[in-house]
Amino acid sequence: MKYKSILDLIGHTPLVEVRSLSPADNVRMWVKLEGQNPTGSVKDRIALALIEDGEATGALTKDKTILEPTSGNTGIAIAMVAKLKGYRFTAVMPDNASHERVSLLHAYGADIIYSPGAEGTNGSVAMATELAKDKGYYMPFQYGNEANVRAHYEGTGPEILEDLPDVKAFVAGLGTGGTLTGVGRRLKEHDPNIKVFAAEPELGELVYGLRSLEDGYIPPIFDPTVLDGKVKVKARESIVWTKALMQKEGIFAGISAGATIWVAQRVAERLAKDGGGDVVCLLPDGGWKYLSTEAWTQELDVAEEQVEDVLWW
Amino acid sequence: MASDGSVKVKIPTVFRRFTGNEAEIDLAPGTIGQLIDQLDERYPGFKGQIMNDEGELHRFVNVYVNDEDARYLEKLETQANEGDRVALLPSVAGG
Ligand SMILES: Cc1ncc(COP(=O)(O)O)c(C=O)c1O
Repeated sequence: MKYKSILDLIGHTPLVEVRSLSPADNVRMWVKLEGQNPTGSVKDRIALALIEDGEATGALTKDKTILEPTSGNTGIAIAMVAKLKGYRFTAVMPDNASHERVSLLHAYGADIIYSPGAEGTNGSVAMATELAKDKGYYMPFQYGNEANVRAHYEGTGPEILEDLPDVKAFVAGLGTGGTLTGVGRRLKEHDPNIKVFAAEPELGELVYGLRSLEDGYIPPIFDPTVLDGKVKVKARESIVWTKALMQKEGIFAGISAGATIWVAQRVAERLAKDGGGDVVCLLPDGGWKYLSTEAWTQELDVAEEQVEDVLWW
Repeated sequence: MASDGSVKVKIPTVFRRFTGNEAEIDLAPGTIGQLIDQLDERYPGFKGQIMNDEGELHRFVNVYVNDEDARYLEKLETQANEGDRVALLPSVAGG
């Protein structure tokens, strides 16, 4: 197959059945492998959408440096798109993002400004918002930019419906809420009975520890009305199911994928009693960027500690 | 699961200064609203920390019953029974 640019490879990701992970005979579980995108995560979709939106509105011009708060994946994706389109890029990222994320950002030529790890991504949002007052920056702002939602409403959602028009439930991780809001909206327009569930990380005590409630943050683009439920998942459960994906199905996915699988199984158990059908789970990235946590190779207790030390969402 | 008749409520670090540093509190089963009332009786002023004046949960506070966000269940009417795990957590974003 021939392509004119790596940007043409964004989206149209494969949907693979994971038979051994289904808890019931009448439920078929499918995973959408977003790790197959060019920089290895679902965020390639929104990086392209955000930058092209900035170009279309005229807010992003060649003299500006793109600035974006990110836990990693969005930064890596924007770094790639920015490089190809000729923009400078600075990521604002918590200082406990995994080494691989930092290395990848540097490899794509991005600059990094670190925010305190204990404040998580919320800290990066606050810091970037302050920095963006400088007119030399253009901040696409994935948390508040409808182009994030649109990338999923026009891309990810229709792709799922094309492959599985009778899909009964959709499960994805909740970060900015872009995936769930965009895909959820599209699926419910197609069939209001489709159930949409969020998997949410339960981060280490460290992340919740030092902040006050005023530091809480709900991304403006996230529309909670598309959700039928939201389930929190610990690092430990996420690791167990990320490993199961590899050991039972040969799928090498990131840690948040395991959280999504765990929630999808709860959803599948309910669906099984309600006539069964197809469940789609979106796996945001591949496992590469998490190898340093030793999630696949260490004993569970050690892996859990090492995953809790890095930002895995 | 616990069988001492209680519901275990996990308190995040940010609220522990209102609970005398207690991280896990055993309460009698009831709705989430009733559990919050019990907490407020034990630690006067607690309710004001997690709810607004209209008696709704502060938007940055999530309450989970067996890991499910109560906002998508029956909200403050969600029942927590013996052995159920309840957790209060501040909301965080990813991305
Ligand atoms: C690894 C990973 N999982 C899940 C998510 C959630 O995706 P979204 O931002 O669309 O809610 C993100 C990004 O936020 C992510 O980087």
